[in-house]
Amino acid sequence: MDDQQPTERTESPHGAAEAPRANGRRWAGWIDLIGLTVSIAALVMVIGALQPRFLSTDQWSSIANQIPELLVIVIGMTLVLIVGGIDLSVGSVMALSSAVIGVLLERKLGLIVAVPAGIAAGAVCGAINGGISIGLRVPSFIVTLGMLQGARGLAYLLTDSQTVYLGKKIGSIASPLPGIGVSTAFLVALLLAIVAQLLLGRTILGRHLVAIGTNEGAVRLSGIRVWPAKLFPFVLVGAMAGLAGWFSSARLSSVNPNEGNGIELSAIAAVVIGGTSLMGGRGSVTASFLGVVLVAVLTSGLAALNVSEPYKLLITGGVIVAAVLVDVLRRRESR
Amino acid sequence: MADEATARWSCRGLSKRFAAPVLRGIDLDLAPGEILALLGANGAGKSTLGRIVAGLLRADQGTMFLEGQPFAPRDKRHAERLGVHIVQQELNRIGTLDVAENLFLNRLPHRFGWIDRRKLEAQATAALEAVGLNDLPLDLPVGQLGIGERQLLEIAAALAQDCRLLILDEPTAALAPPQVSRLFERLAILRHRGTAMIYVSHRLDEIRRIADRVAILRDGVVTDSGAASAFDVERAVEAMSGRSAVPAGTTARPTSTPTSISMSTERLDDRFADRPMLLEVRRLQAPPRVRQVDLQVRAGEIVGLAGLVGSGRTETLRAIFGADRARQGSVRIAGRAKERPLRSPRAAVRAGLGMVPEDRRAEGLLLPASIIDNVTLGKTESGETSFGWLRFDRRRRAVTRAAERTDVRCRDVDQAVVDLSGGNQQKVLVSRWLRHDARVLLVDEPTRGIDVDAKRTLHRVLREWVGNDRGLVVVSSDLDELFELADTIVVMVEGRTVLSAPRRSVDARTLLERAIDVAEDENEREPQR
Repeated sequence: MDDQQPTERTESPHGAAEAPRANGRRWAGWIDLIGLTVSIAALVMVIGALQPRFLSTDQWSSIANQIPELLVIVIGMTLVLIVGGIDLSVGSVMALSSAVIGVLLERKLGLIVAVPAGIAAGAVCGAINGGISIGLRVPSFIVTLGMLQGARGLAYLLTDSQTVYLGKKIGSIASPLPGIGVSTAFLVALLLAIVAQLLLGRTILGRHLVAIGTNEGAVRLSGIRVWPAKLFPFVLVGAMAGLAGWFSSARLSSVNPNEGNGIELSAIAAVVIGGTSLMGGRGSVTASFLGVVLVAVLTSGLAALNVSEPYKLLITGGVIVAAVLVDVLRRRESR
Repeated sequence: MADEATARWSCRGLSKRFAAPVLRGIDLDLAPGEILALLGANGAGKSTLGRIVAGLLRADQGTMFLEGQPFAPRDKRHAERLGVHIVQQELNRIGTLDVAENLFLNRLPHRFGWIDRRKLEAQATAALEAVGLNDLPLDLPVGQLGIGERQLLEIAAALAQDCRLLILDEPTAALAPPQVSRLFERLAILRHRGTAMIYVSHRLDEIRRIADRVAILRDGVVTDSGAASAFDVERAVEAMSGRSAVPAGTTARPTSTPTSISMSTERLDDRFADRPMLLEVRRLQAPPRVRQVDLQVRAGEIVGLAGLVGSGRTETLRAIFGADRARQGSVRIAGRAKERPLRSPRAAVRAGLGMVPEDRRAEGLLLPASIIDNVTLGKTESGETSFGWLRFDRRRRAVTRAAERTDVRCRDVDQAVVDLSGGNQQKVLVSRWLRHDARVLLVDEPTRGIDVDAKRTLHRVLREWVGNDRGLVVVSSDLDELFELADTIVVMVEGRTVLSAPRRSVDARTLLERAIDVAEDENEREPQR
């Protein structure tokens, strides 16, 4: 009798035959990251072969210093997409936050007041987006489309539709640090990405976000209160847009109410290139980070190759669609 | 009875299995203009048979003939082209399109690619008159119709076409008595014109009104058939339950007992009477499906909730658990001060309840996620985190132990739940609740579509979990399961609990009788209002 027990187990209807598929699933996350890294490396090599200047350190720090705004927004956007939402208002919220920062600095208040106020303004916008969308069950697409207009309007009101020059008052967070060439803003963005990825994978809240995106009804029936977990990514992406507003005004030493126009689309593109699902339930901050790097390398590379603007757009568009297509096809195969 | 050559429709040796055999060698014949009623308990195979004839499913074995020709419809469309139509219980209409468009969706009259609205409306008017929906605006979106009107629309759509064979699957479940009468008049006309019909129902009074012949299914086999006039409740129930003999030592309830809607509690030799009460539901109402539910669960007690499809069992569990809002009544739970019904699943879980929903894939599991994530959803032990960070090693160990306890057959606990068989998925879901400190678990169809082995395991796990100090409410359409698991059987009819009795004093026959004859009783009374 004792011998028979294990035999029965291995003969269960879903033993050996399904193991390889399940194994593929298990490593799917790593394959995403490796695939993205290889693509980026290949891109760098091709562009570097055509234009050796592209491989210089200067070029690299220049790329690193252009992306912190997009990067922090992408962190929040990834989590919003994971719960099955979307935020189209990040660009406008970014402008609003930098306008708040600019106005407060103009009034002789220090960075210590202005920056938290700017980030808080972003978080409030995010809370409004999330609150309306969850509380009244309006698709976040619609609510944030409204915020896209409204926050931009507020930014114009605060700045009187003018670009406000700030000079040294805004501080040096976006300037390259002597010695390493990248800015504090980039390092902050990197740190936040790491924390967000850990939060997603290793905390109860993070697991709830993925679970809600996968099957919200099941999460509710398991006795979890869904709304706080669902609200969190919206508030986070708002705060991140606020942070991005600070980074961009520091980089430009000024506040421009047109700042961040269209950044929501770059952010969604980067997140999707990283393999996060627009339907929710699947995503990784690390992969989104690599998505941002891929887009940034491509853009600077095409500039370094003196490709004209129309072709730049065509190629970037093609790469976004191709990346998502590869991802979709691969997943379909592994099902 | 006709043979294959003269029959409108017939079948020989028709068989179908899903996880278990559903139909086992069915032979039936149907003459032109004959109405054959299919009667049977839940899961007897009636609907499956209807769906096979209509081309929605394919039989594994056996042959069908339509007017002497072999008949094997590839799909519903093919069956319709051959003149075989079905009216289903599920309402497959498109809510945003209007009434006229829905009626003729697959054959909209058109000229040069433009819809011929006038012709469409003329056809629609005629079709609606046939079911008595004369004053229904043709341009009303179907989404705004009530459930009864939608059901009539479904029937109108089928009646509007020329059919040789019409299958009606519980067509009256959502209809009021006048609408039923209207439908029957229409069916009589069709019969007169020679349309043969298969009428699936569990309402015996209706069957006697409309059907010529009755065939009774049990466990996928025809157990009895004959002229409709020859069937009374007694004979039907006997064929449905297959248990004519009353277990020794119990007295059969006289079948002539006047049925009343009020609850009868028969706790003759109740061994749970002195146990502490864990859950007491009183006069719970959550319209439209839950009309008056009384339920008690004591420590160590397993309550089996029986009833026919549509009697409101699932909705009752959902209302108790706070997944649907209850309008009235009280829900008392041991250790909870308040008596009002729970407002959310979260509140229910905090009060010590748990629920395994009917549709485990849609409502219970996170399919692409791992067994670990599924089992730990909603409950993380204090030892499984440190400073807010999850400790994967401890979680894995805990879930591995839990999975061994419920005998989840898997490669390891990192495996995605979508790759598991139905039985193992259910074990994962049950494991989730075993982690909670729930006192009472509400389980809805715990073993539907699950193999015998997994079923036995689940029963053992649930029984062990209940032990002496917890409680369980099981909803099941599988009578054997109810009799095996439950200590107390509660029967529901049309949203009301009508009987609560120790298992030993109830047999399948009594149970079916109560589930059916009150429905009948109520129907007969209603027109007088």
